[in-house]
Amino acid sequence: MRVINASENSLIVYLGEQATPDVSDKIYYLADELEKVLTTDLIDLIPSYASLLVIFNPLTTDHFSVRNTILSMNWEAQSNTKKRRETIILPVYYDEEVGDDLNNLAEKKRLAVDEVIELHTGISYLVYAIGFAPGFAYLGEVDEKIAAQRLSTPRMNVPRGSVAIADRQTAVYPAPSPGGWNLIGRCPVKMYDPSTPPYMPIGIGDTVRFEAIDRKKFLSLGGEI
Amino acid sequence: MAIEINEAGFLSLLQDRGRFGHHRIGLTTGGAMDQNAYRICNKLLGNPEGAAVIEATLGGLVVTATADHLICVTGAPVELKINDETLPLWSCHQLKNGDTLSLKAGDVGLRSYLGVANGFDTDSNFDSVSTVVREKIGGIGGEKLAAGDILNCGDAESTLQMKLLSEQHPIYNSHVSLRVIPGYQYDYFSRIDVKRFFSNRYKVSDRSDRMGYRLLGPSIHSKSKQLLSEGISLGAIQIPADGQPIVLLNDRQTIGGYPKLGSVLSLDISLLAQLRPGNTVEFKPISIETAHNLIHLNEYYINELKMAELM
Repeated sequence: MRVINASENSLIVYLGEQATPDVSDKIYYLADELEKVLTTDLIDLIPSYASLLVIFNPLTTDHFSVRNTILSMNWEAQSNTKKRRETIILPVYYDEEVGDDLNNLAEKKRLAVDEVIELHTGISYLVYAIGFAPGFAYLGEVDEKIAAQRLSTPRMNVPRGSVAIADRQTAVYPAPSPGGWNLIGRCPVKMYDPSTPPYMPIGIGDTVRFEAIDRKKFLSLGGEI
Repeated sequence: MAIEINEAGFLSLLQDRGRFGHHRIGLTTGGAMDQNAYRICNKLLGNPEGAAVIEATLGGLVVTATADHLICVTGAPVELKINDETLPLWSCHQLKNGDTLSLKAGDVGLRSYLGVANGFDTDSNFDSVSTVVREKIGGIGGEKLAAGDILNCGDAESTLQMKLLSEQHPIYNSHVSLRVIPGYQYDYFSRIDVKRFFSNRYKVSDRSDRMGYRLLGPSIHSKSKQLLSEGISLGAIQIPADGQPIVLLNDRQTIGGYPKLGSVLSLDISLLAQLRPGNTVEFKPISIETAHNLIHLNEYYINELKMAELM
C-alpha cells in the first residue's frame, strides 16, 4: 500500500498495481472503514481501479492524521468482515436494432452473434470504477474473444441504456451521451436516477451479470427502442 | 420576492460552494469557481455559508427585481449599474421593486458573483444548487440561466448594509502565480521536466472552461503515459500526452488516467479561475504543511474581514 499526497486536502492510496478482485475488496474495505473512523472530517471518497482518493476537511484535520489513520488500518479485520459483494443481474436486449456494432463485432471476431451474446452473458463482472459521467460504471473484464477497440470516431449520441464494450471493459450508458464504445445491446434498467437514493442499482465492488432478454421482455421492462 | 433574468449574457449559472459526498457515483464538485469572492459576497450580505449566488461570466447579466432586495456583487471588476447609477462592487446595495441591475465586463477577470440577502431559493440536487450543465443538475432544471427565468429569493429582513474596506478587495491581474502542492505522479517526471514546469510561464488557452484550464507553454513529459484511472482532486495538474498542462477545476471528471504533478492550492484557484484566454500563469512549489497553514490563515482572514456599515 502506498499513500501519496494528492492535494492540500486529499491523499491517494494505492492498494495494488493492477485492478483485481482482491484489490477491489481492499479498496471497498478501506473506504468503509475510513467513513466510520473519519466521520465528519471526511469530505468525499473516490474509489477507482486500484486506488482510493481520500478527501478530508483541512480545517478539522490534517494530512498527518489522515495518513496515520490509513497506515494503521487493521487489515486483519478485513477477512472477518462480510464481503458486501452483491451480484446484480442486468437484463439486456442484444440485437442490431439497439446494438449498432453487434453484427460488426461478431464479424470482426469471426463469431456468430449468439456466441458474442453467450460470451458477454457467460461471466460475472466486477464494478471497478464509476466516473466519466454520473452513473457510468466500468465493468471488467470481458472475455478476450470479444474485446474490441474503441471506435475511431466516437458517436455524437449514444442512447441511454446502451450496453457497450471497449477493450476488456463493458458498461451500460446511464444517460444519452457522446461515446466511442462498441454498442451490442440495450438494458431497460435505469442505471442512474438522481431523484431517488441510492441513485444507482450497482456500486463499486459489486458483481454484475448480464442476462439476454427478447424484444418483448425489453419493452415490458420499460426499455425504449 | 423574486428576481427576473432579462439577459443572461455569455454564461450565468446558479452556484454555491459545490456538491460533496457524491463523487463515487461520478458527480463532480461544481460550485463557484472563485470561492473567495463567492464567500465574501455572502459574508457581506449576512448570508449563511453556502447560500446560492449567480456566477456571471464576462458580465452581460441584466436582472429586474419584483420586490425590494438587498444585493451585493463581488468578483471580477465589472461595471455594476442599478438603473442608471454606477455603483461599487464589494458592497451591499438596495435593489427596489422594479429596479434593473446590469453587469458589464471590464478589462480583467471573468467571473462576478451576484448575491441577494438570504440567498436564492431554488430546489437543490444532492444537497447543492450548483449548476453542472453536463450532468443536468442544479440551477433551474440543470441549465444555465436564460432570459425569462425567475429566481425566488428569501425575505430581505436584513437591514445592515455592509461593504468591504477597499484595502481588503482582492486584486485581479492578467498574470497569476499559482502555488502547487507536489503530489500524485510527481516522481514520474524527470528533474529537468519539473524544473521546466516551475520556471516557465504558461498561457491560458481559449479551450479553458469550468472543467479545466488548458495551458500552453514548454512541454512536460512524464516517464509513464497512461495509468489506471484514479480519483482527481480539485486543482490537479494533469499532463496529457502532448505535454501541455491542464489544471482540473470545479466541473472536472472525477476519475482520469493521465499523470499528474500535484495540485494547485485552492486559494489560488480563485485567482486562476478569473483568468481569460491569453493571460499567463507561473507555478511555485510549496510543502503540504505550508498549504495547510495558508488555508487556516485564510479562514481566519475570512472570519475577520474588515467590513464597514454603509450609512
